[in-house]
Amino acid sequence: METQTRKFEILRYRPEEQSEPEFRSYEVPCMPDWVVLDALNAIKDDIDPTLSHRWSCRMGVCGSCGMLVNGRPVLTCAAFVRDYEGTIRVEPLSNFPIVRDLVVELDDFVHKIQSVKPWIVRKLEKDVEQGEYRQSPAQLEEFKQFSMCINCALCYAACPVLASEPDFVGPAAIALGHRYNLDSRDEGNAERYDAMHGHNGVWSCSYANECSQVCPKHVDPAMAVNQAKLTGALQWTGILPKKSMT
Amino acid sequence: MEVIEHDILLVGGGGAGLRAAIAACEASPDVSVGMVSKLYPMRSHTVSAEGGAAGVARDDDSLELHIQDTLKGSDYLADQDVVEVFVDAAHKELTQLEHWGCPWSREPDGRVSVRFFGGMSVKRTWYATDKTGFHMLHTLFQTSLKYDRIVRYDEYFATRLLVRDGVCRGVAAFDLRTGEVKCFLGRAVILATGGGGRIFPFTTNAAVKTGDGMSLAYRAGVALKDMEFVQYHPTGLPGTGILITEASRGEGGHLKNKHGERFLVEYDYGVGDRAELGPRDMISRAEILEFEAGRGLRGPYGDYVHLDLRHLGEQKIDQRIPFVRELARNYVGIDPVWEPIPVRPVVHYMMGGVDTDVDGATPGVEGLYAAGEVACVSINGANRLGSNSLPECLVFGKRSGEAAVAYASQGASEGPREALVGQAQAEEARLDALRHKVGGEKIAQIRRELNSAMEQGCGVFREEDSMAACVDSVRQLKGRYADIGIGDSSRIFNTEIVQALELGNLLDVAEAVAVGALARRESRGAHTRRDYPERNDADYLRHSLVRFAADGPRLDYRDVTITRWQPQERKY
Repeated sequence: METQTRKFEILRYRPEEQSEPEFRSYEVPCMPDWVVLDALNAIKDDIDPTLSHRWSCRMGVCGSCGMLVNGRPVLTCAAFVRDYEGTIRVEPLSNFPIVRDLVVELDDFVHKIQSVKPWIVRKLEKDVEQGEYRQSPAQLEEFKQFSMCINCALCYAACPVLASEPDFVGPAAIALGHRYNLDSRDEGNAERYDAMHGHNGVWSCSYANECSQVCPKHVDPAMAVNQAKLTGALQWTGILPKKSMT
Repeated sequence: MEVIEHDILLVGGGGAGLRAAIAACEASPDVSVGMVSKLYPMRSHTVSAEGGAAGVARDDDSLELHIQDTLKGSDYLADQDVVEVFVDAAHKELTQLEHWGCPWSREPDGRVSVRFFGGMSVKRTWYATDKTGFHMLHTLFQTSLKYDRIVRYDEYFATRLLVRDGVCRGVAAFDLRTGEVKCFLGRAVILATGGGGRIFPFTTNAAVKTGDGMSLAYRAGVALKDMEFVQYHPTGLPGTGILITEASRGEGGHLKNKHGERFLVEYDYGVGDRAELGPRDMISRAEILEFEAGRGLRGPYGDYVHLDLRHLGEQKIDQRIPFVRELARNYVGIDPVWEPIPVRPVVHYMMGGVDTDVDGATPGVEGLYAAGEVACVSINGANRLGSNSLPECLVFGKRSGEAAVAYASQGASEGPREALVGQAQAEEARLDALRHKVGGEKIAQIRRELNSAMEQGCGVFREEDSMAACVDSVRQLKGRYADIGIGDSSRIFNTEIVQALELGNLLDVAEAVAVGALARRESRGAHTRRDYPERNDADYLRHSLVRFAADGPRLDYRDVTITRWQPQERKY
């Protein structure tokens, strides 16, 4: 297979040396089956060892390598060079502070994930010796889609609400909280109510649907947010109890 | 220098590390756990495991059968007392994950569903479609968030165990975000950093799998055990090495050569009626022999065979192995509903690792534990059965977490603080010097040559000359590594420093693999020699142990523990 030289413009920011981020251009010989991540690794290995970016599994499941490619949030391990024409522009995810180059600060994202209490809450825990909880395929289907989130944060980069309201708990966290609320084994939705339905919860969402557009795993967080709005409203009015959803 | 103290320190936050952290918290109401990981826990390589996790679940199965299958799969190199402990606990741990919310696939009656896997004589592999590792890891990570006592140090790279007089009481690690080296002190340290498949060029392993914990323990005086046993998975995508799960065969997929023959059935490769449900080492060998017989297909990345799923039909593929379809479509442009998938053997897993006992404790260094792929406990022997590694992370993660707490609370001393902090300060000086290092060698170049040497010398089939050349090459590369130059002297998120340190770890691990392989003059499990094609129990029913010494590794052996099951010829 023959390589084709492609031009990349990469946003570089090394805070010890630069006051502002700036684009730098690289000419990279690319194999026809390369993804954008391959080109970044080629730059790192053979052109400029000072480039910093995160990556690990290179198969779209660890969630490390999300960046903006030509302005759109994508996993760079699943974005093929051949699908872009002309110069390819790579930037760190928007709506996050830049640590360096293509690396953004994720602590706030992880805190938001934690804030919805994404674990099974039960009044009485069953002993392991008593075996599994029975859960029908239909009950599993209720929440399965929302359990597919890989925490890549592309939806946070795409969300127009987060651009202006940084405290919004955000699509991935709401989808995850909703996932546990829908799980037949869980009894914790009252404990999640404040994080999900409080000041920075679902009601901040303006339903731009950008999150679902960019989600690489088809989690459809916008649908989770809107389902959560409905159940939250029914709970608030007392039509649905807060505790036993199922 | 900032000194951070916890009762228990974890290095690594994947399946084994998270399970250990939770177990430590549950074992004691006031224990504090510090979790040092070079990546956010949910990025850990456990996430890439696809097909499933083995645990006895059905009436047609038994602990005895799971033990027998595991021992036979291991080519009798597994320690039988440890396998008994493992099998007894595996299904309980999978049930525990179920209670914590893991979305296991289900039967119509609501019970957890199980599937066939290679070398397992009945259906006993629990699965969450074909993203089992992903769901297990996220379930563990999310469950760990319940515990305020688990304090995470995400994106901290551990570079040295702090050991004084044979007692481990801490670890030096730097914060990637600031470059600052910190001294972590604790009464016990658990390594859960995974394997080191990245010593090879063509591997399913994520970029982070650089043998860090193996090198840390090795340099601290613990032996690396059975390192010569490297598992090739029979179904990796050519080029990228991305894993196509064994579940695709467990669900009924066929392997075919260029004539469209099911070669495992047509030719005698020792797997007999089991065919595609044979163990990984045997099927990987069969694929190479097909290539050598001229019955492989030719592609830009070398020979390959076909994994044919077409007869399963679209509905079953989408229901049971949707990720296989997604990966094949994305990365090789093939829809397995309509076309067979090109696959070839790919480095997948290291049976060997840090020598530990059944509780994860490392002989020789008190206070140090290891669990998961980094460790060799050993349940996998010369060849791990698919779907035993995920429960291994759980069972031995839990046991080491509990054992570390018991050790720490039974009067383990605090350790000589000044001496330990001094070691961390020496590490800080070493890393400062590394950031400004001038030299003529390039990291990427040495890594490529190392990868090539390992592939040449320690592939599916091995022989004396090529292994000896591999040992020499690795030694020369170690020499050249001392002369690497660093182009990036900055502190903030300096990934060139990370790569330099990872390369040092890869070189340690590669040398142990090559030295162990050269010395084992027999064929057993994944270690297959053309010059010694038979298993030799009289001389080699023993674990190899490679120890660090300044002038090169030292090798010795320890007998395998045999309890009730006498080694037999391995035929399927």
